[in-house]
Amino acid sequence: MALMTCRNLSFAYDGKYVVENLNFELHKGDYLCIVGENGAGKSTLAKGLLRLKAPYSGEIILGDGLKPNEVGYLPQQTPAQRDFPGSVYEIVLSGRLNRHGLYPFYSKVDKEVAHSNMEALGISHLAKACYGNLSGGQQQRVLLARALCATDKVILLDEPVTGLDPLMTQDMYQLIYRLNSEMGITIIMISHDIHGAITYGSRILHLDNRQLFFGTTDEYMATDLGKKFTGCPVCEDISEDHRSHGGHHPHVAEESSMKAGREER
Amino acid sequence: MTEFVQMLQFPFLQRALIVGILVSLCAALLGVSLVLKRFSMIGDGLAHVGFASLAVAYAFNAAPLMVSIPVCLVAAFFVLRVTENSKIKGDAATALLMSGSLAIGVMVISLTQGMNTDVCNYMFGSILAMSTSDVILSVVLSTIVVILFVFFYNKIFAITFDEDFSRATGIHTNWYNMLLAALTSVTVVLGMRMMGALLISSLVVMPAISAMRVCHRFLTVVITSAVISVLCFVVGIYISYTFSTPTGASIVITNLLVFGVCSLVRSGRSH
Repeated sequence: MALMTCRNLSFAYDGKYVVENLNFELHKGDYLCIVGENGAGKSTLAKGLLRLKAPYSGEIILGDGLKPNEVGYLPQQTPAQRDFPGSVYEIVLSGRLNRHGLYPFYSKVDKEVAHSNMEALGISHLAKACYGNLSGGQQQRVLLARALCATDKVILLDEPVTGLDPLMTQDMYQLIYRLNSEMGITIIMISHDIHGAITYGSRILHLDNRQLFFGTTDEYMATDLGKKFTGCPVCEDISEDHRSHGGHHPHVAEESSMKAGREER
Repeated sequence: MTEFVQMLQFPFLQRALIVGILVSLCAALLGVSLVLKRFSMIGDGLAHVGFASLAVAYAFNAAPLMVSIPVCLVAAFFVLRVTENSKIKGDAATALLMSGSLAIGVMVISLTQGMNTDVCNYMFGSILAMSTSDVILSVVLSTIVVILFVFFYNKIFAITFDEDFSRATGIHTNWYNMLLAALTSVTVVLGMRMMGALLISSLVVMPAISAMRVCHRFLTVVITSAVISVLCFVVGIYISYTFSTPTGASIVITNLLVFGVCSLVRSGRSH
């Protein structure tokens, strides 16, 4: 059974559809990338999957023992957070709160889990540092460690590489890839970086206020839509190649030329 | 020092100190979260509502705190609800609430026979405002505020840093926002009679921003904010006693000086 099954799912603001009639499934171990232009309804769908926004119609069915509060979340950062006076450890540890119900304090296990997650993401040395003083990439790692504290099943990442420089972007993608392949965490990634999505993702959901495509990355690359949207017909073989080797996608480095290609359309 | 001891001999000053220290403590604890959540003006808004409700309470000869606290609780919930559904933005809603309730308060006062000077004291505060029964009520309520804050500290931290994440991972953020607003209402109403409706919000905001200048952990920010708040209150009331200056203003100015010092420390560090 799928972890999440969406049937005829629609979301609306003030009665106006933002995104409608979605039908897709999320299986254990998937790396699902939700792509589309700005305003295509990606963030709204993300809110829906996190239960921050109720569906207008249709339903999200959870299966495979997934509980509603077991979907971790890497949000887009707000300006208020960027200069937040909190230590890395405090923030990572706060991910454990959802296991407590009304009980107000952290247990020894919570603290151990927080430390081991900081270890896994290479931020142990920053434990006492102020979150506001970290670089964008480090802040993302902190939030990812917090998400790992909240769940070991599914993590939803909302535009995880926005605002990162090319080097940090690669770093972030490698990290997410590792969470998926080594730690077995199911990933849902909202992204407008289509190249990152097809390089690392195993499934693609392409939105434009409705569902244009849902299927595996290879199937996506075989469609006209996939070819057109990526502007990179050869990626089909390369992405497969890349995923097995974990190396660098030659086309990601050529991002500027690709952007130019997209703008032509 | 002898002056301070002498000052403590007056029963009204003892009462003012007890209530003031407790209220400053509550305000500072809640203030950190309110400032970071961009709710700084809620304190001000609630104080204005408190002013209106006090005016009405006097007009009907009712016990002032018993009327103000429930009215402010309702107002706090209203402000939060409006902020959430975002048709009217939070700051506009607060502005509406402030001027609206100030107008109602002033109107009620002017219509009430025999202009009551007590009500005017609520605008700028009076050190004489506290009766013994007020003290008992204040002590009980502010103790409850502190206990609830400590009990829910971790959750308050989580919803302050990232409400969406907390909600997505199953924490009842609405409930805790309401709690925060309720605790703030109680604190504001208790403090406004001494500080004045126009100055009480500084008790919520200023210690928090001073502490944020110099501290980098949430816990130390909260503790520092509490210490600064209580110290500034005591120093302020001492100044007020010694130089016969208005209590609320003296406390606010002390806070301002501390904020200046903290800012200097911060810029000194970054050089």
